[in-house]
Amino acid sequence: MRLGVVMLCHDNLPLAARLARLWADSGAAVAIHVDARCGAPAVAALWEGLAGTGALPVPRRSCEWGTFSLVAATLDAAQALLAAHDDLTHVITVSGSCLPLRPPAELLAWLARHPGCDFIESVNALDVGWSVGGLNEERFTLHFPFSFRRQRRLFDRYVQLQRRFGIRRRIPEGLVPHLGSQWWCLTATTLRAILADPRRGEFDRYFRYVWIPDESYFQTLVRRHSLQVESRSLTVSKFDTQGKPYVFYDDHRDLLAASHGFIARKIWPGAAGLYAHFPRPSQDPATEPDPERVEAVLEAAAIRRQLGRPGLYMQSRFPAKDRENGKTAAPYAVMYGLGDLFPGLGDWLAACAGIAAHGHLFARDEAEFADGASIGPGALSASAAIRDLDPQGFLASLIRSSPDVVGFLYSPRDRQELNWFMATDPNARLYVVTGAWMLPLLHSGMPFDDVRRMAARIQRAEIAFLDILDSVWVKGRVRRWTLADVIADPAGVLETIRLDLAPDNGPACPLPSLRDVTGLVALLRRLRNAGLRPRRMGDHRKLRALTTPPAAQTATPKGPAT
Amino acid sequence: MPRWLKRFRRRLRLRARRQGYLLRAIRSSRCLSAVADRTRSIAPRAILCLATLRNERIRLPYFLDYHRHLGIDHFLIVDNGSDDGSREWLAAQPDVSLWTTTASYRESRFGMDWINWLLFRHGTGHWCLTVDPDEFLVYPHCGSRPLRALTDWLDSSAIRSFSAMLLDMYPQGPIAAQPYAEGQDPFEIASWFDPANYTIRKNGEYGNLWIQGGPRARAFFADDPVRAPALNKIPLVRWRRHYVYVSSTHMLLPRGLNLVYDENGGEKASGVLLHAKFLSTFAEKSAEEMQRGQHYADSREYLAYHQGLQDQGDFWCPQSQRYRDWRQLEDLGLISRGNWA
Repeated sequence: MRLGVVMLCHDNLPLAARLARLWADSGAAVAIHVDARCGAPAVAALWEGLAGTGALPVPRRSCEWGTFSLVAATLDAAQALLAAHDDLTHVITVSGSCLPLRPPAELLAWLARHPGCDFIESVNALDVGWSVGGLNEERFTLHFPFSFRRQRRLFDRYVQLQRRFGIRRRIPEGLVPHLGSQWWCLTATTLRAILADPRRGEFDRYFRYVWIPDESYFQTLVRRHSLQVESRSLTVSKFDTQGKPYVFYDDHRDLLAASHGFIARKIWPGAAGLYAHFPRPSQDPATEPDPERVEAVLEAAAIRRQLGRPGLYMQSRFPAKDRENGKTAAPYAVMYGLGDLFPGLGDWLAACAGIAAHGHLFARDEAEFADGASIGPGALSASAAIRDLDPQGFLASLIRSSPDVVGFLYSPRDRQELNWFMATDPNARLYVVTGAWMLPLLHSGMPFDDVRRMAARIQRAEIAFLDILDSVWVKGRVRRWTLADVIADPAGVLETIRLDLAPDNGPACPLPSLRDVTGLVALLRRLRNAGLRPRRMGDHRKLRALTTPPAAQTATPKGPAT
Repeated sequence: MPRWLKRFRRRLRLRARRQGYLLRAIRSSRCLSAVADRTRSIAPRAILCLATLRNERIRLPYFLDYHRHLGIDHFLIVDNGSDDGSREWLAAQPDVSLWTTTASYRESRFGMDWINWLLFRHGTGHWCLTVDPDEFLVYPHCGSRPLRALTDWLDSSAIRSFSAMLLDMYPQGPIAAQPYAEGQDPFEIASWFDPANYTIRKNGEYGNLWIQGGPRARAFFADDPVRAPALNKIPLVRWRRHYVYVSSTHMLLPRGLNLVYDENGGEKASGVLLHAKFLSTFAEKSAEEMQRGQHYADSREYLAYHQGLQDQGDFWCPQSQRYRDWRQLEDLGLISRGNWA
């Protein structure tokens, strides 16, 4: 068993020299390709540092990401290695910032236990979306003469043009496009077969204009020549959506150690702790690589960047409307009108449903936090002026900072800016009693003229809100009752709410009492006669029957009481 | 007016404004005289820190040490007429280049013209952190990874500017109760902050976010929050010659630098500047600054503090959180790692 190492470096050559020596000292044959753009003194220092290791220089090319130059460099290096050492059994590709996590001897022993296996991630490009963002199948069917990094605009335009006119390249016969990580470990037999393929000239010409061929050349050709492909990479590495590899730092040490991978990429050049710690022999040299935990961490980072945390509005996440991916962080209950009917509703909600029951959070004079606090959850201020600068942020912060489910009272007298926001938020539980705003007016003792003016304004607000609730864009869970429904069966309505919010708790708490409704129908009639037709109060006859005192009912059992 | 024309006009307008600020910066260089110019020792990839200050002697040792420890290679500091020994002390530091001026702080747009000049002259090609001496940068992973790791990552992600909002820190109890000693970590005293009391609005003209709130807004500006101090800051920028700071470090031109937030629901990486303003040194300072009247909006802030703090004395409330580390800030949603795993 002998390992050949193809090393591609483009910067930080002193580090590359150290790593190359590490491979060479373990008995591996090393061939190094240094990017043509590296300065001559640094390259000279590299070879000086590698004197006596037998490392092979490879003709230098200028390598650009995404182009065939990287494949060409790899091919040259592999050729040089196989020509110089005919005792090689495996060849592995590494970069100048790939760090061996386990000693090369363990890798060799592990390869010996899997004879004839080619470890190369090779995923069918047509069946699976392997790449993270960007092109998949089109890598093989379009032309890519322009540089992605330097000529981005031309690159994008040309791709669009080809799509539009249906220009497609013919894939050489017998090739099935496969994609995968460019860090592989092939048996010398397979690699020789790829290099000596009679149609290699044709394939090279084809891959010259494939997009990112280093992720597809060997991955595709290995399917022609290999007897046994193990489709996974021995290098712990992952790309983000920009196509650059995630970087590991000193604080990833335990994570990398637990992955039992053989090689990790990419290591930050300043991560002295990692370079000092690895490679490190495993307790059990036969341990299988298990990169899942590392991948989970990187996956979480990708999700954070793509989707973020629902309901969070902050300096680096300020989603535009309807792109929030979760308008709020957790379910919350909005008691529309119920607070006017049941003065003790807050205590009852807190006691039986265990929720943080606030007052009218959007009242015009101040935000009424639970227990009359002047500073609410998350140190939010009760000041209406502060709240009204950013009401949506206020609600979202409140919900994010509250350990319990948030519930609050709402009425058409409050600020109405968030009506659309709440109605279109799947987390909102809206318990709506229409017409309940009449009760505070009934008990206000104000002169009738003022009552009429207030009623007109409030009713307009309520109808605007109900129009939103009747629209097709509602995503919140809405339950609606009219004033008459609630007066007829207050316990039933409260029981429905309780079962909705806390189905597991027993109905042990005493129900809050309904406000006195005597005289309601008389007030309604007066308003109607003053030119303001009260709407959405519910069945008028029911209301009349319910709000008339029993004494009056018996006195005039048949005639209209009002 | 068609949209493209509107955009075009805005582009011209902002360009003119940017060039105007640059001109002011270049002109203001005349009032700066070098006390210790060590800028020749700035290495090509050095990370720079810029600051303007006046009479901050007692804070300086910790300020410099903290940022040296993060990985700042060189400090460029403008001293605005200190008479407490700040100048002499700074001039003796090996990694500080110091300029001094007695010109009006207010007329130099609260020091920004001077800073813009230094950035123009020395900042190009470097990552530059522009802070006040009472601001301390905290970024994701800042315990275990140096600032260089962050700037390398930003470079590789093609990100040019890094957001770090101002997080006002305060002690429990009256701010004058625990005297601050030179060299001490100010957050041993002022270790509390408001976890979620922040309002965010978008500024259409410059594309930045306006963040207000925190203890100052709730204690002093509850009736008039529009005037509360802005907390959004973009202190860390890979500088290029044509960039300028517009208003403090709240926003820059060209406006693309202000897009430090994601609008499609994702999170970009961000940090905070811990603001150690509310220490025992503050009471004296506010009395002095009120007299000088050199601060933003007629020193209204200082006036408010002076009155408010005497009556009230305390920012602390049961909802305040005690500062632990960056992870806590991330859990609270004040900062984010973005995809910097």
